[in-house]
Amino acid sequence: MASKLIEKYFRYEHLPQIWCQGCGNGIILRDVVKAIDDLGLDVDKTVIVSGIGCSSRAAGYLNFLTLHTTHGRAVAFATGIKMARPELNVIVLAGDGDLSAIGGNHLIHAARRNINITVIAFNNNIYGMTGGQYSPTTPTGDYGTTAPYGNIDRPFDIALLAKGAGATYVAKGDCFHVVQTTKLIRDGIKHNGFSIIEVADVCPTYYGRKNKKGNAVDMMTYQKENMISAEAALAMSEEERKGKIIVGKICENDYPELTEEYQKIIDRVMVK
Amino acid sequence: MSKKVLMQGNAACVAGAIKAGMRFFAGYPITPSTEIAEMASLKLPTVGGHFIQMEDELASMAAIIGASCVGVKSMTATSGPGFSLKQENIGYACMAEIPCVIVNVQRSGPSTGLPTSPSQGDVMQSRWGTHGDHPMIVLSPSSVTETYYLTIRAFNLAEKYKTPVILLMDEIIGHLREGIEINDEDVQIIERNKLDLNENKKGYEVSGDELVPSKHLQGNMKYNITGLSHGFDGFPTNNNKVAGELHERLMKKIDENKDDIVTYQEYKTDDADTIVVCFGGSARIVATAVDMAREEGYKVGMFRAITIWPSPEEALRKLSERVKRIIVVEHNYGQYLLEVQRIVNNPNCKIDFLGKVDGTVIIPDEVLKVIKEVK
Ligand SMILES: Cc1ncc(C[n+]2csc(CCOP(=O)(O)OP(=O)(O)O)c2C)c(N)n1
Ligand code: SF4
Repeated sequence: MASKLIEKYFRYEHLPQIWCQGCGNGIILRDVVKAIDDLGLDVDKTVIVSGIGCSSRAAGYLNFLTLHTTHGRAVAFATGIKMARPELNVIVLAGDGDLSAIGGNHLIHAARRNINITVIAFNNNIYGMTGGQYSPTTPTGDYGTTAPYGNIDRPFDIALLAKGAGATYVAKGDCFHVVQTTKLIRDGIKHNGFSIIEVADVCPTYYGRKNKKGNAVDMMTYQKENMISAEAALAMSEEERKGKIIVGKICENDYPELTEEYQKIIDRVMVK
Repeated sequence: MSKKVLMQGNAACVAGAIKAGMRFFAGYPITPSTEIAEMASLKLPTVGGHFIQMEDELASMAAIIGASCVGVKSMTATSGPGFSLKQENIGYACMAEIPCVIVNVQRSGPSTGLPTSPSQGDVMQSRWGTHGDHPMIVLSPSSVTETYYLTIRAFNLAEKYKTPVILLMDEIIGHLREGIEINDEDVQIIERNKLDLNENKKGYEVSGDELVPSKHLQGNMKYNITGLSHGFDGFPTNNNKVAGELHERLMKKIDENKDDIVTYQEYKTDDADTIVVCFGGSARIVATAVDMAREEGYKVGMFRAITIWPSPEEALRKLSERVKRIIVVEHNYGQYLLEVQRIVNNPNCKIDFLGKVDGTVIIPDEVLKVIKEVK
């Protein structure tokens, strides 16, 4: 199956990817492509947008119109694309730093506007591309190359941040549970409104090594053994949820979609 | 057919943009450019286009590039602090060769400065604001009518050379209301080809001496667009030869087309021994001062850069070879002055400067005084 997906959707001549052995980015990218394939999205009407970071390199490997933009701005580029040509499917692939640090403002405003784009947040809890500095999702107490004495920042929960900002479809997935994660991505793309799927990524090179999480297999095993469903997580206290990998839908609701609302204005005022 | 209307400079900019085919605008309010966003929000849906007020100027710049990548002519407008915020993505548009128009109605700086006061302090930032070597086209109108036509030209140049174009206005022109006569008969619009989604060619491919990639954004949907150095298919590369060739082509596509891009105005220069160099709103003051000086018998003329980057180097150098004196007048501390000093190569031609940075407008008498101060 994987090879069929590669043939159909990847820029074969540019493989293998630049990612480290054991990196979770490839797994998440496969889930995205599988979801696109399941939905039968028109490749010529789908634009993939990414920011800057290890994970953002994902866009370039896909044989769509792909925009590898500037650090943090992927969602803003995507907003322009969707607003200017609402008939296109727009999917954003970016890292936790890209989306929630430098690009946090764009993320919450796109969620607030409920513009119909889908964001896949590759959350490896660290800045991978620049060599392992702590990010807004690095748990308190963990280490990074700029947190040599342990991180004293309080982390964001990207999914809850987006939900709070008004995202109408929010889910969490991981690298181990590919079937569930693929389905969550599929549902997110299908959803008419702003959707985000935060996927727990695996960065053995930096996050893993800095925090003694073992190799890629150990990190995947951790996801397998510590997964809880979104419903189960709801019933838990913050303390109990610590270290758990949540997989499932956080919320899905209906709200007028931005470009459809704008179309109503055009229908009303356009000079024929 | 021409029609006469009373219009503000900022409104003329939007009218020109829509005439040029702008169908997407993203912006964030800032004085003295705000009317451009307001007009765009009013007019765009009436022609089936889209307006969005983004969360900041970084986002606005990103959004117009995104829209342009999918075939929609796009513009943003800002001033001072907002122009600073747009710089990173302006560089992206240079590197990825994305046509778009950025309007900067200059205000006094640095920082928040004097928000409602006229200034021309962004001359150098408009040329070199984003990091790295890059090409740049900057146009500066001196009247409301010219704002209309130059906005159209900005879109055309952006499409032709696949590059961002900056319309560098100033508060004097942006907020000026005057009767303008629009005659669209001779207006030529360079259209973006319709996207043919099925064609699969390398987007950035150039052959031979070609400086602008003809396939790029002209119907080839499935390729990569990046701010990293890239090959013909837009995929990032670390290959120094490929990177070097790309960078050189980006600079050359503007440098070697200066004849097509550069425009300027000469006023009463034929017999002049003194030339006042200016651009934008300052030119109105200078033209009046020139007339006043002429009445008193001074042989003085005006040279106005319309395309300020690339500068009208050749024409100005030629002129400087036969005059005794050049006076540069601008509402800043001497930015275009540096370019004029670079250009002028005649030891017998003295270069003087009149500038202002206190937020007030230079008046013709002040220019006249400098003209008469023959040292
Ligand atoms: C404006 C700007 N600031 C900083 C950088 C350097 N930079 C590149 S990627 C990155 C962080 C990447 O982290 P993340 O977004 O989480 O993605 P990952 O590499 O972990 O997948 C940074 C800080 C940049 N490219 N641009
Ligand atoms: S540094 Fe981490 S995120 Fe980046 S490629 Fe390597 S494993 Fe993946």
